[in-house]
Amino acid sequence: MTPATSAPEVHVPDPAKRKLAIFIVLGCTLLVAIAQYLIKLGANRLSHAGLLATLIGILTIPQLFFGYCLYGVFTVMFIYALRHGELSILYPLIALSYVWVTITAVLAFHETTNPFKIVGVLVIILGVAVLGWGGGSK
Amino acid sequence: MTTPVSSMVIVLVGSVIGSLGAIFLKSGAHAVNKNWTSIAFNWRLALGIATYLVSSVLFVKGMSNGELSVLFPLVSLGYVCTLVWSRLFFHEVITKVKLAGVGLILVGIAFLSLGSR
Repeated sequence: MTPATSAPEVHVPDPAKRKLAIFIVLGCTLLVAIAQYLIKLGANRLSHAGLLATLIGILTIPQLFFGYCLYGVFTVMFIYALRHGELSILYPLIALSYVWVTITAVLAFHETTNPFKIVGVLVIILGVAVLGWGGGSK
Repeated sequence: MTTPVSSMVIVLVGSVIGSLGAIFLKSGAHAVNKNWTSIAFNWRLALGIATYLVSSVLFVKGMSNGELSVLFPLVSLGYVCTLVWSRLFFHEVITKVKLAGVGLILVGIAFLSLGSR
């Protein structure tokens, strides 16, 4: 084998930081879930609003504003994680936020649950686990 | 409540744009070093964040008119796009394990949507 003198990939992944990146993104999904809930609350007040009214709404409706602030925090943490991990693993991990949203809706807002939701939550958790644990191996 | 096709298109476009934003964020993240100017004058990060904002505005727009049970799965299609972009732009290897993980996530989201009707 010849030494890799002209490898296109200059970025050498550090296994420990790569693992940290996965945990950061998993933690971030909680922020996304809270942000999405706030944004949905605020968005209900915006139906049939134009694009400009939507932009003004983001600044003036508290739920939308704080929802987007949380997205800002998420973005900073996500950028840090992206430095050390693969996009094809980290981006789909954000799907874990669906699990938090569903659990919150059932526990805190007493939304009804059903077999479809339970299966959905379990299958997403399984998918996230497969990606998180096995995605890095060849 | 039914979901208008226009809402579906808006959310779908938003999720594709959002997945493109992730490319800029990642390439921008690699250009960051200890010097603060590497963040402040990082056009890739700026473009990535701008792209995210655009996709968020589209999500708000689309979601304000329609059922989340229909619109959420459309958002998740962005994950599939990201797999393609990761391979194209960062030469990441798309392993069977990754495909299985993303596949399971999509199936899970589809089940959640069925349960939200």
